[in-house]
Amino acid sequence: MANEACIVGIGETKYCRGEGSGMSQLALQLSACSAALADAGLKARQIDGIMPFPNLGSAEGFAANLGCENLRFAATINMGGAAPVASLQAAGAAVKAGAADYVLVPAGWNGYSGRRAAQTLSEQVSSIPGGAIARDFYFPYGLTSPPQWYALMARRHMHLYGTTAEQLGAIALAMRKHAQLNPNAVMNGKDMSLDDYMASPMITDPYRLFDCCLETDGAAAMIVTTAERARDLAGSPVRILGVAAGQPYPADEITNRKDIFMTGLTIAAPQAFKKAGLKPSDMDFAQIYDCFTFEVLQQLEETGFCERGEGGAFVEDGRIELGGALPVNTHGGLLSEAHVLGMNHIVEAVRQLRGECGARQVKDAEVGVVTGWGDFGDGSIAILGTA
Amino acid sequence: MSNSDYKKPLPALEGLTQEFYGFCREGELRFQRCASCQAWRHVPREMCAQCGSMDWSWEASSGRGKLFTWTVAARPLHAAFADDAPYAPAVVELDEGVRLVTEIVNCKPVDLEIDAPVEVIFDAVTPEITLPKFRRTGL
Repeated sequence: MANEACIVGIGETKYCRGEGSGMSQLALQLSACSAALADAGLKARQIDGIMPFPNLGSAEGFAANLGCENLRFAATINMGGAAPVASLQAAGAAVKAGAADYVLVPAGWNGYSGRRAAQTLSEQVSSIPGGAIARDFYFPYGLTSPPQWYALMARRHMHLYGTTAEQLGAIALAMRKHAQLNPNAVMNGKDMSLDDYMASPMITDPYRLFDCCLETDGAAAMIVTTAERARDLAGSPVRILGVAAGQPYPADEITNRKDIFMTGLTIAAPQAFKKAGLKPSDMDFAQIYDCFTFEVLQQLEETGFCERGEGGAFVEDGRIELGGALPVNTHGGLLSEAHVLGMNHIVEAVRQLRGECGARQVKDAEVGVVTGWGDFGDGSIAILGTA
Repeated sequence: MSNSDYKKPLPALEGLTQEFYGFCREGELRFQRCASCQAWRHVPREMCAQCGSMDWSWEASSGRGKLFTWTVAARPLHAAFADDAPYAPAVVELDEGVRLVTEIVNCKPVDLEIDAPVEVIFDAVTPEITLPKFRRTGL
């Protein structure tokens, strides 16, 4: 316990579209970092580790702006949207090993007012591990973007297991419903019905517009330290009970996997639950990286909340809504709060465990899970608990 | 439709990728096959992940297989495909067991069916690059 890693600070900016953040991506992330420092009650010079999101800034740049004069640990986990939760593992290991005392993990972008989120990977595909393969073997056929890559899995799942559009819609609707209880959610005040969902334009079959995450401006950040140091801080630390990351095989090519539904989470989830000494049914909530609706369903299966092929039935009847057996993405997720690269899922998990979620609070939440998904199915998972 | 106005993304002709597309330009679909354990593989790799051998050769594929999965891109997410939508990027599983991303040419997106039989055709999109595509058979 004394040598356990904890999250002791969280911060986020306003999430928006419209005119955008009006700030550079770095300034936006620095605002979230300042908020996390204030939340933790730490001074910037106490931060001696920084883990930036891939391609969204250097540790050196963050340190120079914030005034982190004692930086000694700098690393980036190259797993796309799985990076923030995977960084939780690396940051925890760093503080436990004494490589750093306090590690700051920022993420954020102008995914609406800057280069649109949907364009980022198609214009920058060489930045991901499978980039050259995508360029040489996917792009010539117009398979140029994450929803198209993942739709291949969704279509096959629908064929094999009878998963329906209405079931994917139930995921979109749950996120939208939760966003109505979150003033910072971009979709707050914008109700959605199943008819609205079904009528939304097809983007890449089976994904309609409302199966796809938002494009937004915004940033969030967290600070990790040991339980021992956390005791000297004013706030309530959130314990990292178990954390793991994993890669599908092969991770750099999405079509030649022996098991097409296997993701990094398939490997990571059992490890995280084992470390925590807990099982999926113990979770009070789940913040699941929801780049697209089917990826939520797939991750629920691969995390072990249900069997392979049962995800469609699992998400029906309000089971993943607040008040259901497993509330998923209580903040509205990437689908209805904002696309903050999954860092907003960690922020929400911490708030739930601190009991700070107001109208969307999961009653007596003591333990919950947060996942990350990136690139061609890299996965990460953390099981977090109250102090 | 070989012409110099072709604006869609093309593979970089380097290393093993250049060899793969070089065969396509000759009208041959070939994949790497391990000389030691006979395992087929795609995309091109230096080494056999089944047995660790670095001995292999380019072996001719039957060119026949079945539709493994697809998506219908209704809204192009890359400017070069703006005029093509809706189009259907697909994954074909060859009889040899390897899968590749391709396009089904003689079939409307709405008629795509998982496990439908397909066979390779070659589309010379530029003087340098020929893309293997597939047509549905038995229609």
